Amino acid sequence: MSLVTKLATARRKPGRWHWTDVAAYAYLALGVVLMFGPVAWLAMSSFKTQAGLLEFPPSLLPMSQREVVVAGHAQPLPLFEVTMPDGSTRVLAQVRRIGIQAQMVDPANPAEVIRVPIDKRTLVREFKLATENYTEPLERFAFMRFLWNSVFVTVVATIITLIINSMAAYALSIYEFRGKNTVMLMVIGTLMIPITIILVPVYLVVTELGLVNSLWAVILPGAATPTGVFLLRQYMLTLPRDLIEAARMDKASEWQIYWRIVMPLAMPALAVLAIFSVMWRWNEFLWPLAVLTKTESYTLQIGLNAFQGELQTQWHYLLAMTVVTLLPVALVFVFLQRFITTGIANTGMK
Amino acid sequence: MASAEPAAPRGESSGAARLFAAPLSLLMRMIDWPMSALQRLIGERRMAYAFLLPNIVFFGLFVFLPLIINVVFSVTGGTALFPSQRPYVGGEQYAYLFDCGSFLDPNSCREDHFWRGVSNTARFTVFQVTAMVLFSLVTAVVLNMKIKARGFFRAVYFFPVLLSPVVVALTWKWILQRDGLLNAGITALGGERILFLVDPSWAMFWIVFVSVWAHMGFYTLILLAGLQAIPADLYEAAEMDATPRWRVFWRITLPLLWPNMIVVIVLALIKGVQTFDEVFVLTGGGPGTATLMVVHYIYETAFSNQVQNFGLAAAASVVLGLVLFALTLAQLAASNRKGAA
Repeated sequence: MSLVTKLATARRKPGRWHWTDVAAYAYLALGVVLMFGPVAWLAMSSFKTQAGLLEFPPSLLPMSQREVVVAGHAQPLPLFEVTMPDGSTRVLAQVRRIGIQAQMVDPANPAEVIRVPIDKRTLVREFKLATENYTEPLERFAFMRFLWNSVFVTVVATIITLIINSMAAYALSIYEFRGKNTVMLMVIGTLMIPITIILVPVYLVVTELGLVNSLWAVILPGAATPTGVFLLRQYMLTLPRDLIEAARMDKASEWQIYWRIVMPLAMPALAVLAIFSVMWRWNEFLWPLAVLTKTESYTLQIGLNAFQGELQTQWHYLLAMTVVTLLPVALVFVFLQRFITTGIANTGMK
Repeated sequence: MASAEPAAPRGESSGAARLFAAPLSLLMRMIDWPMSALQRLIGERRMAYAFLLPNIVFFGLFVFLPLIINVVFSVTGGTALFPSQRPYVGGEQYAYLFDCGSFLDPNSCREDHFWRGVSNTARFTVFQVTAMVLFSLVTAVVLNMKIKARGFFRAVYFFPVLLSPVVVALTWKWILQRDGLLNAGITALGGERILFLVDPSWAMFWIVFVSVWAHMGFYTLILLAGLQAIPADLYEAAEMDATPRWRVFWRITLPLLWPNMIVVIVLALIKGVQTFDEVFVLTGGGPGTATLMVVHYIYETAFSNQVQNFGLAAAASVVLGLVLFALTLAQLAASNRKGAA
């Protein structure tokens, strides 16, 4: 049985349909259209030619007119299906159009010009992916630069985030020391301070450090995350203490215990934080927008936003670049969905 | 992307991870040397401070220090960035922000953009939180029913959460534009084309819609977790008594889900008040100032206007910070109640 028929016949108890079952499946079906539809439409549109995008009403699939090179004409000519006066149909190439008359030629016999009323012909269209939407921006714009900047920020920031937050979590879960409660309170306190309310002073700090327009200005401010400290500490508290005591007996230094014993054991929590960090950094917008003003330091998100201002009419590039921006996140989602959803359910963070 | 991270879950044995792990473990061995020396000096228990140090430095530099400087900025004037070059003006910035004939009419205020932002953000937040709670509740309840392919449907509602705001906004901009898919549908049904992002009311509707579309999955997950925590025997008992479904929902589901509902409401409020990204890309605050948000105002005042007025932006962010602080206290109170329940 196919999935569709299975879905259609699924119910709480065989033989008894409650109206809420019908409503639930109707809602879910609508949800699939509404949630997937826009992204699918974006992806399909991104393969249309510039002319194809201007069509109204738009065609569902990327179609473009078929053209043919005819001897004696420098430009390729568009092909039309023409209904002849005797009722037969022929495929002809259009040379030019004058008012309501079109001059056409048979590609096989280019010498003879046939006059056809324009309402007797329809464009021959074929399915064609305009891959140049994807390849041309690579050459024409600083797109590769943005992509590289985003990858750099995401990877470096995630590594720093994992290291410094796991160090703090290690200190807060393994040791008893004076001021521990103060530190915990401070960590809780920073949970409620989003970048939106300290935009100007962080900009000042970054300027003082000489980092404006450098990618480090994007990487450093968000590196210490209270959510990360919490997540890791919560996990490290569950690790067996005996292991650490045994390592101390064996004269392992505290740093070795952290790096060789606690970090490998905390891998599941580190993985969750890594996934979140990648998402945060890849999608970050407001802060990079404020601190990056030179085109060569733009991340993908900022570059895309700048493009949509400049390329108002060049949707074919814009859509393709949007799809490229979306791709890594889509891949992460497909492979790591389970990690992400359980991570959110357990920590309530995003 | 994730497979390039050293801490990827399955990365231990793969080649890419080893490529990353080798220099990393070398680095860690190099750090071990001064750390061991330090440990001999201060003893193993005080090593906690050494482990905390990097985080404290980052928090201090990029959170605590800025919090203080923010207040300094808000009580000084001029256009200089460095506080030492800024003259003290006392509460002037705040007085300027709050100089209003009537707080209900942005036109009567000297800084009308700020109040337009406040009024837009307030309307946006009310609509958005209402719609968000409603739709994520319905979705969570439906996903919690005995349906086929639950994992698939959960993923369908969840995936926009991971999309970047720029991607979300551009996706919808493409659909809502003059010759877009939606207008094609409307004309196919015999209607007139609507300029969705040029009409103020439509623009507000669509930023609420798009923001619910993008973030609903997150709140649905929280509510779904709550629904799954409700003991199944309650439902079984209700079924034995042949209790109508709406009554089961009203008497069992909703009361037991209430703590999660409060968390969702407060979280959505906190996020809603800070709305910026999607709206900025989708409408740019327009048409005119119809969708200008408070954070957009702060960004504009400090960074994108001709004259960068850091003092005024800082004063506005202090006001926003106080609102968020109040909302966070509400959240803490709510989650305490959740713990008690």
